[in-house]
Amino acid sequence: MDAQNASAIAVDALVKRYKAATAVDGISFRLAPGSITGLLGGNGAGKTTTIAMIMGLVTPTAGTVSVLGARMPDERYRVLHRMNFESPYVDMPMRLTVRQNLSVFAQLYAVPDIDGRIERLASDLDLTEFLDRPNGKLSAGQKTRVSLAKALINRPEVLLLDEPTASLDPDTADWVRGRLEQYRIRNNATVLLASHNMSEVERLCERVIIMKKGKIEDDDTPARLLARYGRANLEEVFLDVARGRQREVAR
Amino acid sequence: MSTIDSFAAFSFTRVGAMVRRYWYLLRSSWPRILDLIYWPAVQMLMWGFLQIYVSQNDSFFARAGGVFIGAVLLWDILFRGQLGFSISFLEEMYARNLGNIMMSPLRPAEFMVALMIMSIVRLSIGMIPVSFLAIAFFDFNLWGFGFALAAFFVNLILTSWAIGIFVAGLLLRNGLGAESLAWTIMFLFLPLTCVYYPVAILPEWLQYAAWALPPTYVFEGMRALLIDRVFRADLMVEAFAFNVVLFAAASFAFLKLLESARVQGSLLQTGE
Repeated sequence: MDAQNASAIAVDALVKRYKAATAVDGISFRLAPGSITGLLGGNGAGKTTTIAMIMGLVTPTAGTVSVLGARMPDERYRVLHRMNFESPYVDMPMRLTVRQNLSVFAQLYAVPDIDGRIERLASDLDLTEFLDRPNGKLSAGQKTRVSLAKALINRPEVLLLDEPTASLDPDTADWVRGRLEQYRIRNNATVLLASHNMSEVERLCERVIIMKKGKIEDDDTPARLLARYGRANLEEVFLDVARGRQREVAR
Repeated sequence: MSTIDSFAAFSFTRVGAMVRRYWYLLRSSWPRILDLIYWPAVQMLMWGFLQIYVSQNDSFFARAGGVFIGAVLLWDILFRGQLGFSISFLEEMYARNLGNIMMSPLRPAEFMVALMIMSIVRLSIGMIPVSFLAIAFFDFNLWGFGFALAAFFVNLILTSWAIGIFVAGLLLRNGLGAESLAWTIMFLFLPLTCVYYPVAILPEWLQYAAWALPPTYVFEGMRALLIDRVFRADLMVEAFAFNVVLFAAASFAFLKLLESARVQGSLLQTGE
């Protein structure tokens, strides 16, 4: 088995250009099965475009993306049932109840025992009392949990999360992180997490990829990044990278 | 995966999931249901009374009973069929749910079939009561067309789906900036397909354009049935042949626009 097939996600020399703008500029990385990786970067760094190319929603200008051995987007139907995502760019239909939304997606993903799966997820994510309430009548935090339930409905082997705890209060965000960690360990899932929340990345991720202007500026474990930059936390490391201080600091 | 592989993996379970999603939406909102009946009923009543007025003053229209009501009901099949298809698609954009759907295992062909089924569901909710109103108010029985109605319906609904598929592609590629097309594109067909008058009324050069559109054959066929009491099967076969070409062209355009949307990155950003 070659390295590309052994990786859950393999990104090679990936480029995305929109007319004059280069959103992603020749990045490469591989994610091992069962790993959890944080994708950090400021606004416009190319995180969302990278995730969209991994999902097969955006066609790369150059380079390749493979998920579970399938090249995206051409071979996406081989693997879409084994992956899922959560993103602030999408919502669940507002007029449908939580149960209706989840059952539609469960059917799309050919989930066996749909009712049982929904009950289990509702219990895990503390949604049981909202199951028959329209999605539009939920609070922001409750909606995020419903989106997370949708992202986990098919027990994905690859989970892509774009700002999963944005708009959550610290307590709920911490609770969601706990659930994500639990899911990954139980299911040996590969998770790629784009976030602006440095403490979240520090807590959850065993590896951090930092992007800036479409390129990978750094890629290492949180501990080694902190040691290399001589910083106490990832937020300071992120600021060093964002402000172009990494070369002097890391030297 | 090639288009052929994608079609080979067609799943009616996934189609059923999407139909269920639209059905939940429809039944959760009474204004949505009322809207399906309201305008077709208003149109039918207006044209019906106009028909009575004109027929009282003209022997031709007195003989050609129901030609206006028949035209407006068949036009509504064409117009509402496309609208039913396009509105269900637009609901995904309004709900910002398109990314969830495009990222799921749902194939484009399954998505389109679900929209076609919903177009028939929405059309039935609107048109069946209105067809009975036409009997009650004007003694005009659309169902009395029998087999001809089935031929008219198949051809009109195929055209409406073809246009709906093309509009869906434009919406994917251009976002909600193309929304107005979903509501208005069919009005281009209103003068050209000669809904209320014979093709012979058009200037000769425009008649070529009219005969290239499948609904023209249906409306000519309806007039032949109501005025000359003849069912023109030849017109229906020609309409069907043009529909096959139109449907294939629309499907091809949809796939190309979807591909272009992936290149432009517009599947996640479907706003204005």
